[in-house]
Amino acid sequence: MELLIASAIGALTAAGIYLVLRLRTFPVILGTSLLSYAVNVFLFATGRLVVDQPPILRDDVTSYTDPLPQALVLTAIVISFGMTAVVVIIALGAYLSGNDDHVDDQPGLFSEDGDDADSEMGSDYAGGGKTTTTEGSA
Amino acid sequence: MTHWIILPVVLPALLAAIIVLGVRHHLMLQRVFALAGTGTLLAIAAGLFWTASDGTITLYQLGDWAAPFGIVLVADRLATLMVLLTAILALLVLLYAIGSGWDSRGQHFHALFQFQLMGIMGAFLTGDAFNLFVFFEVLLIASYGLMIHAGGTKRLRAGVQYMLFNLLGSTLFLFALGTIYAETGTLNMADLAQRVAAASADQTAGLRTASVLLLMVFAVKAAILPLHFWLPSSYASAPAPVAALFAIMTKVGAYAIIRFYTLVFPPSLTSMEGLFDTWLLPAALVSLAVGMIGVLGSRSLDRLVAFSIIGSMGMLMASVAVFTPQGITAALYYAVHSTLAAAALFLLVDVVRDRRGSKGAALVEAPPMAGGALVAGMFFAAAIAMAGLPPLSGFLGKLLILDAATGSALVWWVWAVVLGSSLIAVVGFSRAGSTIFWKAHAVPVPDPGHDTDPEDVQGSREPRDPPAKAPALPMVAIGGLLGLLVATTVFAGPLNRYLTATTDQLFDPAPYISTVLETPGKEIKSHYDDHGEDKGDDHGAEAAGDSHGSEESH
Repeated sequence: MELLIASAIGALTAAGIYLVLRLRTFPVILGTSLLSYAVNVFLFATGRLVVDQPPILRDDVTSYTDPLPQALVLTAIVISFGMTAVVVIIALGAYLSGNDDHVDDQPGLFSEDGDDADSEMGSDYAGGGKTTTTEGSA
Repeated sequence: MTHWIILPVVLPALLAAIIVLGVRHHLMLQRVFALAGTGTLLAIAAGLFWTASDGTITLYQLGDWAAPFGIVLVADRLATLMVLLTAILALLVLLYAIGSGWDSRGQHFHALFQFQLMGIMGAFLTGDAFNLFVFFEVLLIASYGLMIHAGGTKRLRAGVQYMLFNLLGSTLFLFALGTIYAETGTLNMADLAQRVAAASADQTAGLRTASVLLLMVFAVKAAILPLHFWLPSSYASAPAPVAALFAIMTKVGAYAIIRFYTLVFPPSLTSMEGLFDTWLLPAALVSLAVGMIGVLGSRSLDRLVAFSIIGSMGMLMASVAVFTPQGITAALYYAVHSTLAAAALFLLVDVVRDRRGSKGAALVEAPPMAGGALVAGMFFAAAIAMAGLPPLSGFLGKLLILDAATGSALVWWVWAVVLGSSLIAVVGFSRAGSTIFWKAHAVPVPDPGHDTDPEDVQGSREPRDPPAKAPALPMVAIGGLLGLLVATTVFAGPLNRYLTATTDQLFDPAPYISTVLETPGKEIKSHYDDHGEDKGDDHGAEAAGDSHGSEESH
C-alpha cells in the first residue's frame, strides 16, 4: 500500500509540475489542482498508513490511526478548493477582458509606455467589479 | 489569561463581516467602520507592544486547550513589534485610500482590507505551524481580491500570475508541513523546537528536506531570487494603497524565516548545515543586486519601486542569513525602515501617476504636475531612505548590516554587493526623479487639444490643477510615513536597543518554549462522558506519548 500511495503522489506531482509549466491558464490551473491533490494525499499519509483502525483516542482503544492528518487534509482541501475557484474566476475575467489567456508576460502588455494605463482602467471597470464580488462571496 | 492577543485577529474579521454584510452600499459608513476599526487595532497593537516590551511572553490558548494539542497565539517582542508596524502602516494606507478615492473604484475594498489585516496579524501572532499556513491563506485570498481591485486587463493578468505563483507556494508549504509532521509528530512551534533538537541522526534527511522546503516557501513570500518573479508585475499593477500594504507582506516571509529558524531549526543543528551561509546568503545578495539593477533598468516608476522592494528584501535577507544576533537586529531595523519607505514610495508613485494624466508613471518627460514641488520633495526623501543615503534610516540600516556582516565568511561579498548596489540604486532613483520632476520644466506646456484632460484651461501657463481635486489627506498619509522614517532615524538608538533585546529573546528560546508548553490548559479527557472531572491529570501527556508511539511504528 505504501508503494501505491507513494507512486500515486509522485505521479500526481509530476503531472502537476508538467502542467504548471504550460503557457496558458487552463493547463496551469489543472496543474495546480493536481498538485493540491498530490499534497492532500501526502498529508494524509504523514500520520503513517494504518488500515482499519479508529481515528480517535479512547481508553479502551490500543491501536488507532493518527487523527490529526485527517483534520489537516480537510483544512487543506477546503482551502485549495476555494483558491482554485477564485483563480478560475479571475483567470476567466482576465481572459474575457484581455482576450488572451497566456500566463506569461506577453510582449507589449507590460511595456509601460504609459498610454494605456488610464484608458483600460475605466473601460474594464465592470468586469473587474464583478470579479471582486465573486471573490468576496467565495 | 488575557484575551487581548486574539483581538488583532478577531476585530478585523468581525469588522470585515459587518462591512460586507451590513454596510455594503454605504461607502461613508464603510470608511467610518474601517477607520475606527483600524484605529482601535493600532491602540490594541500598541498595548500588546507595551506588554511585551519588558520581555514577557504572553500566551493565548484557543479554546483553552493546552499546547501542543490546541492552537496557541504567542505575543513576544518580535511578534508585537510586527503587529504594531502593521497597524501603523494599515492606518496610514487606509487614510490614503480614503483620501485618494481608491476605495470607491471597486467593491469591497474595506472588507478585503480588514481580512488582509486579519491574516497578517494572525501570521505574526500564531505559535502553530499549520495555523501559520491558514493565516497565510487568509492574507493571500484577501490580497487576491485587493490586487485586482478596480479591475483592468493589466491588473487582472498580473493578478492571475500572482495567484498562480502563490498557489504553488501554498502547495509547497503543505508539503513542508507534511514532512515536518511525518518526522516529528507535532506542528506546534515550541514543541517542534524541542523535538527537532532531540531528533535522532536518522531523521536528519527528513528534517533537512522539511527545512529547505520551508525556507523556499518563505523565500517566495519574501521575494528572494530566484523566487521573486511574481513581485514586479503584481506590485506595479496593484492599486497603490494595496501595493503599499503589500510592503508588509514581504516582511511576513522574512518574519517567518526569522521565527522558524531561530526557534525550530537553528543553524547550529547538523541537519541545517550550510543552509544559510551556502544558500540563503548568496541568493539574498543576488536579489539585492538584481533588484537594484532593476531599479536602474525600469522604464516606469511603479516597476522601479517594485524592484527596489526586491533589492531591499535582498538586503534584509542578507543580514538575516549572517544569522548572528547582530545580523538579526540589523535585519529587524531594516525591515521597519524598508516597510515604511516602500509604502511611502508606492503612494508617491500613485500621486505622480494621478497628476501626470496620460503619461502615468512612465519615465518620460511630461509637463510639470500640480503641486510638483511637494511631491518632488517627498519623493526625494523617500528615495534617499530607500537607496540608503544619509541622513535617513536606510543609511543607518545599511551601516548596521555592513557592521553585522564583518563576522561572516563572505564579508567581502556582502560589502561589495551592498555598496555597489547602493550606488546603482542611487543612480536609478536620481535618473527617475530628474526625468519626472526636473525635466518636466524643460517640456513646453502642451497646446490645448493635445492634452486629454478636459479640465485643462486653454492657454493657461499654470500647470494643470483641477480645483476640485487637491485632497490633502493623501499627502498627510504619505507625510506620516515619511515622518515615521525620520522618527526611525532620530530614535535609532532606543529602537536599536529595543531590537537588540528582541533578538536576545529570539536567541534564547527556552522561555518561549516553556511558556507555550508549560502553561496548563484544559486537559484532554480520556473518557468521553465525564467532562469536568479530574482536572489537571496527566492524560494529555499520555496521549502525546501514544501519538508519538504510533508514528514510530513505521
